[in-house]
Amino acid sequence: MQRGIEWQAAILKAIRLETPRVKTFTFTLPDWTPHRAGQHYDIRLTAPDGYQAQRSYSVASEPERVGEIDLTVELVEDGEVSTFLHEGLVVGDLIEMRGPIGGYFVWEAAQSEPLLLVGGGSGVVPLMAMLRHRAAAGSNVPTRLLYSVRAPMEVIYAAELDELVRASPDLKVLLTFTRAKPQGWEGYARRIDQAMLGEVMAPLSSTPRAYICGPTLLVESVATLLLQSGLPRELIRTERFGPSGGPA
Amino acid sequence: MAGQVFSRGFFGKRRTPEQGQRTPPGQYITPDFPVLSVGPTPRIPLGEWNFYIKGLNQKPVQWSWDDFIQLPAKSFKVDIHCVTKWTKLDTEWEGVSVDTLLSKVGLDSRASYVTVFSYGDYTTNLPLADLMNDQAFIAYRYGGQPLAPEHGGPARLVVPHLYLWKSAKWVNGFQMMEHDISGFWESLGYHNYGDPWKEQRYQGD
Amino acid sequence: MEIDLNRSLMLDGNALAGVLQEIFSMEMTASPTECAHCGYEGEMGTLLAFVCSPGLVLRCPSCENVILRIVQTPDAIYLDARGAAFLRLTR
Repeated sequence: MQRGIEWQAAILKAIRLETPRVKTFTFTLPDWTPHRAGQHYDIRLTAPDGYQAQRSYSVASEPERVGEIDLTVELVEDGEVSTFLHEGLVVGDLIEMRGPIGGYFVWEAAQSEPLLLVGGGSGVVPLMAMLRHRAAAGSNVPTRLLYSVRAPMEVIYAAELDELVRASPDLKVLLTFTRAKPQGWEGYARRIDQAMLGEVMAPLSSTPRAYICGPTLLVESVATLLLQSGLPRELIRTERFGPSGGPA
Repeated sequence: MAGQVFSRGFFGKRRTPEQGQRTPPGQYITPDFPVLSVGPTPRIPLGEWNFYIKGLNQKPVQWSWDDFIQLPAKSFKVDIHCVTKWTKLDTEWEGVSVDTLLSKVGLDSRASYVTVFSYGDYTTNLPLADLMNDQAFIAYRYGGQPLAPEHGGPARLVVPHLYLWKSAKWVNGFQMMEHDISGFWESLGYHNYGDPWKEQRYQGD
Repeated sequence: MEIDLNRSLMLDGNALAGVLQEIFSMEMTASPTECAHCGYEGEMGTLLAFVCSPGLVLRCPSCENVILRIVQTPDAIYLDARGAAFLRLTR
């Protein structure tokens, strides 16, 4: 994408609480341009004395939604930006941002290989953009999302994931809980390992393209496991999230 | 910064602007101790750690950890100033004054500068004179505890009168130099000397 | 001497996508590069990024040598790309 990325003042249109510590902010962009699922925006906050803080957040919404984007932000303990977004923003506020940015960790519905999405915590956000884009584009590529969270209350987009699965013939979402699981849960309840990945991938008809996003340790571990299972390196894409819940 | 939008209600992390004599220009005081580094945190087993002084004609001198902690140590309470604009007042350290270390070394008269080497690939440079006369120490305790790895432990250089990038974390040794050679940040736009009181952040300042 | 690597605070080249696009006027994270030290080949998005620092550092995910360093001053951007065997800018 050979164009400059200029800062623009986005307008906050809506706030939605996803989980106790996660909110989605919908912004209207005066200079909106369709993004690719997986891309992010940089946001920049300026205090009255000129002090600035900048963070990157993956776009959660599909590019088919014209004129606006969703950014899903996890509240980070002592995080100066996430705290401000969660506690200080009201509808109508202006936030400076630039984008869409990125070209490596992106997926387009035109790609025809089966899709393996692996997310940890807020790493699910760019993967959700991919799933929403997949649905909006009418794609039926066989897709699996393996989503690792610590506890049930931390599953972001739970209801919508169920809906997407109901509406799509070849999409499955597998959750794994690493600290506390729901009552009566019979699914995965451990860190992602080779056996789990093998089971998740088995139904996919051919070699999938894999996208892994989340904390560094999860990303590295899963990438290594996929390589060991024989998935070619060129079919694996990774994005590490920091404690801020975004790529930076 | 034309067209910049001030973010209503955003003040940023806790910081107070320069106050009186203790804060260099452009700095703000923070109660936190931010962790900044250029690479993965080195983990050096104490049994393998050493600190050396070498270069020019002098015989290299090296201390193992056991030798190093036998050296006379002092407490230091100093203010530290990071080029990224935060200042932390009254930081408390324990360690060995660089004067003590230099006294064990026969200094070559041509030694005018020092290149400081860290475990990993970080380096920084400064005049030898800035390491002498109670201006610098090698610290291995901070706030009453052994220096944590993310803050440079087992031991780091502390040179409080210069910006904190000169206070090399995970310090491994000094190379005595006749000529000044730019270190990791000095070679990429940062000021060669780095006096916070003259706000020498970047080359040309 | 072993350096035991603490990786949990690291990000990757995707975190630098914005500043790389500022410098090169194009998207760079999908662009291939090669480590001048060990020969690792991969997209810039795969490089290890250290962003809490006076500058930005991208390292090889294989040998951890520095591939790219960036410093942003009020007047300029300094770039050291000696750690890259090449950078590729698509026409």
